[in-house]
Amino acid sequence: MIGNLDAKIPDGPLADKWTRHKDHSRLINPNNRRKFDIIIVGTGLAGGSAAATLGELGYRVKCFCYQDSPRRAHSIAAQGGINAAKNYQNDGDSVYRLFYDTIKGGDFRSREANVYRLAEVSVNIIDQCVAQGVPFAREYSGYLANRSFGGAQVSRTFYARGQTGQQLLLGCYSALCRQIAAGTVQMFPQTEMLDLVVLDGHAKGIVTRDLKTGKIDMYSGDAVVLATGGYGNVFYLSTNARGCNATAIHRAYKRGALFANPCFTQIHPTCIPQSGDYQSKLTLMSESLRNDGRVWVPKRKEDCAKAPNEIPESARDYYLERKYPSFGNLAPRDISSRAAKEVCDEGRGVGPGGRGVYLDFADAIKRLGQETIAERYGNLFEVYEKITGENAYEVPMRIYPAVHYTMGGLWVDYNLMSNVPGLFVIGEANFSDHGANRLGASALMQGLAVGYFVLPYTLPNYLAPQIGKRPETDHAAFKDAEREVRAKIDKLLLTSGDCSLDSIHRELGALLWDKCGMARNAAGLRETLGKIPALREKFWREVRVPGKGEDFNQSLERAGRVADFLEFAELMTTDALERDESCGAHFREEHQTPDGEALRNDDDFASVFAWEFQGNGQIEKPKLHREPLHFETVHLTQRSYK
Amino acid sequence: MNFKLKVWRQQDRQSPGKLIAYEARDISPNASFLEMLDVVNEQLTLRGESPIAFDSDCREGICGTCSLTVNGEAHGKDHPGAVCELYMRKFRDGETITIEPFRVGSFPIVKDLVVDRSALDRIVQAGGFISARAGSAPEANSILVPKHESDIAMEAAACIGCGACAAACPNASAMLFTSAKVSHLAHLPQGNPERESRVIKMVERMDAEGFGNCTNTYECEAVCPAEISASFIAKLNREYARAKFRRSVEE
Repeated sequence: MIGNLDAKIPDGPLADKWTRHKDHSRLINPNNRRKFDIIIVGTGLAGGSAAATLGELGYRVKCFCYQDSPRRAHSIAAQGGINAAKNYQNDGDSVYRLFYDTIKGGDFRSREANVYRLAEVSVNIIDQCVAQGVPFAREYSGYLANRSFGGAQVSRTFYARGQTGQQLLLGCYSALCRQIAAGTVQMFPQTEMLDLVVLDGHAKGIVTRDLKTGKIDMYSGDAVVLATGGYGNVFYLSTNARGCNATAIHRAYKRGALFANPCFTQIHPTCIPQSGDYQSKLTLMSESLRNDGRVWVPKRKEDCAKAPNEIPESARDYYLERKYPSFGNLAPRDISSRAAKEVCDEGRGVGPGGRGVYLDFADAIKRLGQETIAERYGNLFEVYEKITGENAYEVPMRIYPAVHYTMGGLWVDYNLMSNVPGLFVIGEANFSDHGANRLGASALMQGLAVGYFVLPYTLPNYLAPQIGKRPETDHAAFKDAEREVRAKIDKLLLTSGDCSLDSIHRELGALLWDKCGMARNAAGLRETLGKIPALREKFWREVRVPGKGEDFNQSLERAGRVADFLEFAELMTTDALERDESCGAHFREEHQTPDGEALRNDDDFASVFAWEFQGNGQIEKPKLHREPLHFETVHLTQRSYK
Repeated sequence: MNFKLKVWRQQDRQSPGKLIAYEARDISPNASFLEMLDVVNEQLTLRGESPIAFDSDCREGICGTCSLTVNGEAHGKDHPGAVCELYMRKFRDGETITIEPFRVGSFPIVKDLVVDRSALDRIVQAGGFISARAGSAPEANSILVPKHESDIAMEAAACIGCGACAAACPNASAMLFTSAKVSHLAHLPQGNPERESRVIKMVERMDAEGFGNCTNTYECEAVCPAEISASFIAKLNREYARAKFRRSVEE
């Protein structure tokens, strides 16, 4: 049914593609825009900026989020910054360099045209955010300040203390609020999308549950935009918010949307290590800390139990500086994470369970003074002290990698439309821009780029001929989807075993973290594929979900999400097994260079793996479609940060 | 560690609520307050009792979702910080802990410890923005902002919108919340064109939502997880008076 995947990349030289595409895209006149209902699910940077901008253009937007306010979407927790090729530092940056760093950082597993467009519009984002009143850091002159970030040799990151995501999201939320007040956007907070309605092959609506009352509703639209974020919580412990989930994109996948590169999950190197089983989430310490902090472990295992201050300089192994002299502590995330795992596997880890490495600020404090360090990272040091009870100005922080971001997501073309016409997917929920590894400060850039400056241009290409085709919600396709949603809820509430929801989710997470985490191999992945169905059966047999459906029922909310994770985990593992190479965050132990770096296989795997759901009721092995990646501008090289 | 909990249980907005006693056993001192509640909820569920409804999301103090009053203090005693950043090592073993929702007339109870804070969204919708159309922004460095002003704007903009200020205030005033947004935008040149209409509309909305007025008790500042200074309330009053005066002169 699905033929060759056409990414619809425009012709012409790389640098002209986006301009040419815009010039030839469809337009919808202002009087007609209000005849279109656009459904947007999610209010993070991507969804929020898209809703605000489309509302401003005159479309009728219905915007949904599971949080009690759109301002609470998880973009809010991003700390470090947002990249833009402004070259304000005169240090050699350009659109091309940001493009090149991003495509290289992604280990050559993303599309040139998408990434170039991202770098191109990055400069407009900063202009837009400043105009909205985002209080970016400034120099004494009043000009905008920049900092450097992992995977780059220029300073192109804009930031607002350690709360850049918060400030960008609040800027975007304020723009959204303006449209809500203007009546162009109708906001549905605490409303979760539970299914996608596909009618004659087109996405034309969603089924939702009002989380406050439990009421199931249906909404029809001329197009559906998913901006529901990533699936990192499949691992149970991650830096994602508790509510982050894959339900919307997984439902869309089951309705025919292809899921691309699900095995590309980013493990962030600088998180606070886990302290016990009760732990509900992991907390990120911004990567920006690596600008001034030095990462080390003791050279000898025997020193690991000693207080860090008692370990002399000569007995410390600054392993990132040693292995990657030109990037040092700023080596990209996947490389830094694996290096930490490696030293811990050697028994040289520190802290509880030996799963931790030091991030030491002593030299930076000596060089710059505590005041400067506090100015740069004060709030992060406070967070660290709250969680661990330790003062990082005096003793080094302990950090360990944790699941942080998912590069995979629903497959989309250059217009950000999935293979299901009318279904657009933006932000972390799609797969499009980060390849096999995302560089720091690029997620915020992607979220705002698409919402403010891409989707408003590409959406009309689909919409223009769709005028007057919006169905009513009494159509059979809506009723069927609604019936399925209700049946699933009823089934969840019928369970009354002895297992808690969290215990099964934790079990799934531990399995994936162990076999499908920082390092993977075929045997482990096959073993995991054998275990997931059993865990799924255990869930449906033994889990206990209290309460009823027509109520505020947080257990039921979470149960539905865990049920979807238990299906999605199999897809992710299948993809990890099928991609028989190492690239970026996907490290297959069978494929490494003599010194332990990821070894790509461009001949066989320079392609996007897009999976089609198979099965009717039962989960069967999904069908693989490949979209070859064509590199016309960049030369594929072994990624080196030495 | 072991604790005795007294938790506010209330089925919905209409039903009466009351404090119910629970026990939290074998809790790690390194667990967060919300993780302690997760453990209690897991046990309640497996015993066939209904788990305690409470709000949380990011669990790192930035999203503003969590909203508990612990022993009478909004977000508990480890200020500054949201209740998700409160750790059990801050309590005595065996201590009795009373947990209630944020008590504000304008925040109706949804269930147990969960309240509806949409009133805060409506205050922002009334005018807490700069009307900058996507596409019309000038080059970012063409707008210079003195670092000092920018820093003050950032301090105000750090508000996480949790509503603890109103919960802690004897008058259930949301003036710290409103003043933070007004001050953030009033300190930036970009915010100037809408400066007067913004403050007037936001204050009118705040009053219409039923929030009280400030009588300088500073409880809001004491519990604010984002350390928003109560001096911004003075700024709000100044901005409001200035706007009203300018309006009256223009009329």
